[in-house]
Amino acid sequence: MVLSGADKTNVKGVFAKIGGQAEDYGAETLERMFATYPQTKTYFPHFDLGKGSAQVKGHGKKVAAALVEAANHIDDIAGALSKLSDLHAQKLRVDPVNFKLLGQCFLVVVAVHNPSLLTPEVHASLDKFLCAVGNVLTAKYR
Amino acid sequence: MVHWTAEEKQLISSVWAKVNVEECGAEALARLLIVYPWTQRFFDNFGNLSSPTAIVGNPKVRAHGKKVLTSFGEAIKNLENLKATYSKLSELHCDKLHVDPENFRLLGDILIIVLAAHFGKDFTPSCQATWQKLVGVVAHALAHKYH
Repeated sequence: MVLSGADKTNVKGVFAKIGGQAEDYGAETLERMFATYPQTKTYFPHFDLGKGSAQVKGHGKKVAAALVEAANHIDDIAGALSKLSDLHAQKLRVDPVNFKLLGQCFLVVVAVHNPSLLTPEVHASLDKFLCAVGNVLTAKYR
Repeated sequence: MVHWTAEEKQLISSVWAKVNVEECGAEALARLLIVYPWTQRFFDNFGNLSSPTAIVGNPKVRAHGKKVLTSFGEAIKNLENLKATYSKLSELHCDKLHVDPENFRLLGDILIIVLAAHFGKDFTPSCQATWQKLVGVVAHALAHKYH
């Protein structure tokens, strides 16, 4: 799977449009992920996962920041997320299937708040980008 | 047997009541073919699928999308009995159409995105969770007769 020039432009466009709301999108992505895929909660036994949780908001901010970083360095996502990749491989060890679930929820959040932004072409590009991020984060697992 | 709470049934029917089956079905199928282009392998006889614009405008895609989502409507009427409802369709998809069941999951995910775009904030996390459960159960029922 390769991100074309058009894909990169589409992804950068999405994040430019989202702008400062990225943090809120991150929090809502997690909220939806925990509601839709309860098994993902197993990675957060130490969190209060109730509605409006400050911990979920804080973590959503981190997740969003990583996506923004990847989009800003879209020609070298592996380089940009290298430390995060190490962290996931050595410490967090989140099973690879879960990145797809997070990606699905992020797409839903974008769709909910910006339906006109998510044309089929942009949808495809963003889905590919999220896959690429997931691949980078799990690349050093074994 | 899948259990549906009263709340889940309400979330399903209230969303479904507002869905334009023809438009939504066409859009979901078009997006499947665009976002996951390898799914085009099942539609060699559909004519021009050479670009997103061609796919979105393709009348066979529209018609087939409507057909698929109309069938989904049958599932919603028969939530307590999905495997039986989809028994023949499952056999068809295995024996005649040779469709990998993974494609049902992909289409389900796409449908969720289309609903989210359509309903906006009304597509709450509970709504998403219920509908993600529904598409999963439909995909499972469609795969049930595979051998």
